[in-house]
Amino acid sequence: MKILVAIKRVVDYNVRVQVKPDGSGVATDGVKMSINPFDEIAIEEALRIKEQGKADEVIVVTIGNNDSQQQLRTAMAMGADRAILVESTAAVQPLQAAQVLLKVIEQEQPGLVITGKQAIDDDNNQTPQMLATLWNRPQATFASKVEFIDDNNLKVTREVDAGLETIQVELPAVVSTDLRLNEPRFVKLPDIMKAKRKPLDVQNMAELVPAPKGSAIEVLKHESPQPRQKGVMVETVDELIEILKDKGLAS
Amino acid sequence: MSKVLILAEHNGSQINQSTAKVLTAAKQLDAASIDVVVFGNDAGLSAQVASLGGVNQVHYVQCDNNHDQLAASIAPTIAEMGKNYSHVFGPSTTFGKDVMPRVAALLEVNQLSDVMEIIDANTFKRPIYAGNAIITVKTDTAQIVATVRTASFPADKSSDGQATVSETTLTTAATHTTFVELASGNSDRPDLQTASKVISGGRGVGSEENFEIVYKLADKMGAATGASRAAVDAGYVPNDMQVGQTGKIIAPDLYMCFGISGAIQHLTGIKDAGTIVAINKDGDAPIFEVADVGLVGDLFKIIPEMMEKL
Repeated sequence: MKILVAIKRVVDYNVRVQVKPDGSGVATDGVKMSINPFDEIAIEEALRIKEQGKADEVIVVTIGNNDSQQQLRTAMAMGADRAILVESTAAVQPLQAAQVLLKVIEQEQPGLVITGKQAIDDDNNQTPQMLATLWNRPQATFASKVEFIDDNNLKVTREVDAGLETIQVELPAVVSTDLRLNEPRFVKLPDIMKAKRKPLDVQNMAELVPAPKGSAIEVLKHESPQPRQKGVMVETVDELIEILKDKGLAS
Repeated sequence: MSKVLILAEHNGSQINQSTAKVLTAAKQLDAASIDVVVFGNDAGLSAQVASLGGVNQVHYVQCDNNHDQLAASIAPTIAEMGKNYSHVFGPSTTFGKDVMPRVAALLEVNQLSDVMEIIDANTFKRPIYAGNAIITVKTDTAQIVATVRTASFPADKSSDGQATVSETTLTTAATHTTFVELASGNSDRPDLQTASKVISGGRGVGSEENFEIVYKLADKMGAATGASRAAVDAGYVPNDMQVGQTGKIIAPDLYMCFGISGAIQHLTGIKDAGTIVAINKDGDAPIFEVADVGLVGDLFKIIPEMMEKL
């Protein structure tokens, strides 16, 4: 079985992003870029499944500009066998991304697709669900545990508002990862060297999906969130309780 | 004129308050009509929705059991129904986030995730980068599919509704996906997402046992309990207590936190709180930058003193 892992290059999660003064976007020049953290967890999960002998190959795919090759190389340094870059100079929205990934699925015929539940730039949380829908296959979103029942069925524990929900899905399926699924491994230097020799296939997005369905949502402007008013520091519990009582928050 | 369809959320017997929050958002569209679809196996659910003011019609879809609410099962029905509407709204809860993108994909539109402000029927604001930037977006597709950020809208409190109820049976249940079980914290405390007061703890609390004093203070104040990702990762508390970008986004009147340093991802979950109170032994912790009231000190001394004086 092949596992396809879809990843995205995003501003590193430690960077505090700033909105550009003209509201045209957020400043990304010279900012550290990384694999979306949820996608890193997806890569790790795929590798663990392969290491358990339940998959033969882990293929990592991304949609982005040529710079995204860095993140694909990192994924291969972690252990992915090969990579596909679907090259696009413009940002894609989830419905379009799902249509592109569906084409890659048709080429590769994976038994399982794993991807992060959301990218930490747009915070959309849509692509895995849309991909599962277009593929007409099950989804197991927000996964915190993935177990094989047999070769054709997965048991997935999902982090939901009410607690932990367990569902069973038939393969092939799409799994989207939550934070507690695993802790991704660190990349070692020799593996970075080895990853340079692994295959990286570049495809043109416009050739892969010449006429994507659905129109993009138009972004009119970016702005910074309203800052909260500066608060006060108190020295004692008595002062704290007095403030709470004044505000009617304690009795 | 807009016609809105809302996907109701429930736990089997009670409609979740997120439904009333989405209703508040829907009313801001100046819609010609607002209908609600409920999937369940308790007709009492449709009566609860029908009493909400401003709802015209309730589509009650009878399911064999509540676990037919699986995204793959209900999305095709919602999408088919949605073709008769200009807007299809769901809550930005794990339930809504799971199902609404499937609805959007079936209707061949991109979804608006986490709508926090409605400017007009086609223009909305939503957060990106964990709330560090807000974008204004516009879309004019035949259907607008959105999840509503529940912390941004108060619950609709009206109860004078007289909606008509139509009843059908679910015909789109998926065979490739099966519900197995739901493991819930089953706390007697107020619900974290709707509570007016929330008391929460972080890594600084130190252990599962130590969380007992946080619970005691919460009980004394009638508050729900929350936690940071660090406390959940460390195994001190269950995942359903997590507040933040990937946990719950909440807007209580009072948010009081102990031993939470205040990572950006956590602050995203609380920035709509009325009053934020932070207690941390590190005076340089970023939580103090957003707190309305800060107190530097040892939570193991401060909580007992508060218990005594409240």
